[in-house]
Amino acid sequence: MSATPHMTPNPTSDVALPLPRVGALVRRRSLAATLVHVFSSSVLTVLVVLIALIWSVPTIGLFISSFRPPTAIHNSGWWTGLTPPWHFTIENYQNVIQAQGLGQAFINSLIISIPGTILPVLLAAFAAYAFAWMKFPGRDWIFLGIVAMMIVPVQMMLIPTLKLFTNIGITGSYVSVWLAHTALGLPFAVYLLRSFFGALPSDLFESASIDGASHVRVFFSILLPLSVPSLASLVIFQFMWVWNDLLVALIFLGGSQNVAPLTVTIADQVNSFGTNYEVLTSAAFLSMALPLAVFFGLQRYFVRGILAGSVKG
Amino acid sequence: MAVAVPQPVAPPAQQSRKAPAARRDKFFAWFWIGPAVVFVGVLLFYPVLDTIGLSLFNFDSSKFVGLQNFHLIFTNPLLLQVLRNNLLWLVVATGGTVLLGLIIAVLVDRVRIESFAKATIFIPMALSMTAAAVIWRFVYAYAAPGEKQIGLLNAIWTAFGGQPQAWTADPKSVLLNNLLLIVTYVWMWTGFCMVILSAALKSIPTEILEAARTDGASELSIFFRITVPMISPTIAVVATTMLINVLKIFDIVYVMTGGNFGTNVINNEYWNQLFNFNQFGVASALAVILLIAVIPVMLFNIRRFRIQEAQR
Repeated sequence: MSATPHMTPNPTSDVALPLPRVGALVRRRSLAATLVHVFSSSVLTVLVVLIALIWSVPTIGLFISSFRPPTAIHNSGWWTGLTPPWHFTIENYQNVIQAQGLGQAFINSLIISIPGTILPVLLAAFAAYAFAWMKFPGRDWIFLGIVAMMIVPVQMMLIPTLKLFTNIGITGSYVSVWLAHTALGLPFAVYLLRSFFGALPSDLFESASIDGASHVRVFFSILLPLSVPSLASLVIFQFMWVWNDLLVALIFLGGSQNVAPLTVTIADQVNSFGTNYEVLTSAAFLSMALPLAVFFGLQRYFVRGILAGSVKG
Repeated sequence: MAVAVPQPVAPPAQQSRKAPAARRDKFFAWFWIGPAVVFVGVLLFYPVLDTIGLSLFNFDSSKFVGLQNFHLIFTNPLLLQVLRNNLLWLVVATGGTVLLGLIIAVLVDRVRIESFAKATIFIPMALSMTAAAVIWRFVYAYAAPGEKQIGLLNAIWTAFGGQPQAWTADPKSVLLNNLLLIVTYVWMWTGFCMVILSAALKSIPTEILEAARTDGASELSIFFRITVPMISPTIAVVATTMLINVLKIFDIVYVMTGGNFGTNVINNEYWNQLFNFNQFGVASALAVILLIAVIPVMLFNIRRFRIQEAQR
């Protein structure tokens, strides 16, 4: 760190303009301006830290509580656990993993989420490619029809779908949840990917087509490699939504504990032991661990992927 | 099953010039869109038609009743409250997430700890609604006066001399109950808006901002005259996503209050009518109201989408 940070070129600085035209002006008012800048940028930093802190407080509270003994959780606020004497324990985690069958629920959530993510993203990628780069009658109407289904609340598809799934005998099995999540995820996925794919330069596809490359080859050897960031961002969204879904699992899997995902197991505990905080703390924290890992793991792609689609649209 | 009513579409002028490829596309495109069309058609579009039909029949779908279910919804005070709550959600939750997301995105853009700050705002997005509900029970928890408050809000409230409040669960303060649930939603979804809007901010050329500052424009007028207009397409995308999301709000209400204490919303009442009361007619009518409420949003998007298409 240099001794005079405000003098070094800084992209966020509104003082150290590299433009020669304003050089004299900047130099003339540099002392006052620098003072104002240092003041306002530290005020800004303090403000941002404050917002970040406020946003984190509820989560921090849960995290601290999850390491406190049940009696302490019931009798004092989590913030009192921060001061000595400390009584931290991993008992809550042990109890939940062993006794509540949460381990099984975690595995069930994985079994539901992985196909529930891959299937819609893949099918949406196929469809989005055709909507973006092929010409066929009714293209725009079919596309708009699919996008419009984004508005269908889960509740609306439940009963007809339940009837259909019962008729073909897949209710209560993972297959029913995979199919339901695929249908529910497709409208948004098609919408998002079509705007990503449509933003790619058209020369790319024209030259490939002149070279005689088939759509299958263009899709796999040009489109997919170029779209890794956007696909990754969609994968994170879809994974988080399926992982965090409560309603679809409740309806199609029923109450059976051996297939129930984490969200169902935790919601059951909230409803039946409303004051059982020690169970809730560690269970909730375990359920958020994996989505957080996925988010941090793919964060770089996430931001860049969104940029590609949302800006060029 | 077709997804939209098939409409004759005028063949594009250049189709004859690109004859061989275009003719092949006409046929092969269906292999590419087929699976998506089948999934959406069978599992989403068919239920929509079914629901619209059911909404015109009585509770067990045995008798045609016309618009009676809608009449009931719009005259029953409890159901009217449900509609009002959804409207409150629509305005406050959508406005809250988009505005806060925009403000935070602009603020973190100008500090060195940007990625750290963004991560803390985004974390709630990665949580399940049930986990979030657990977290917020810790904030809103209530204990009788005189007892030790283990809820953060009541601890702060009583520290400043207030009486402990049954946040979200006081039947006398319906508006506050709803707003407290909305706070939970805003806490969760602001990060989503912030990340997308922040990405859009990065695309504004720095030369434009620097030129404006050189000309003596204030930060506030830069925000309203340059930043907001330049990222308005992205704001539209984010706002649309939030509108649709909020219209369908269910989890937070279901887990935190179950719709009690005057906090019921359409989707939660749909659930009640369907699975607790077996009132298929009224339930479907509620769902149809959601469907209708979202048509203007879709029309706006269709228009926006067409303008984009024309510019490509």
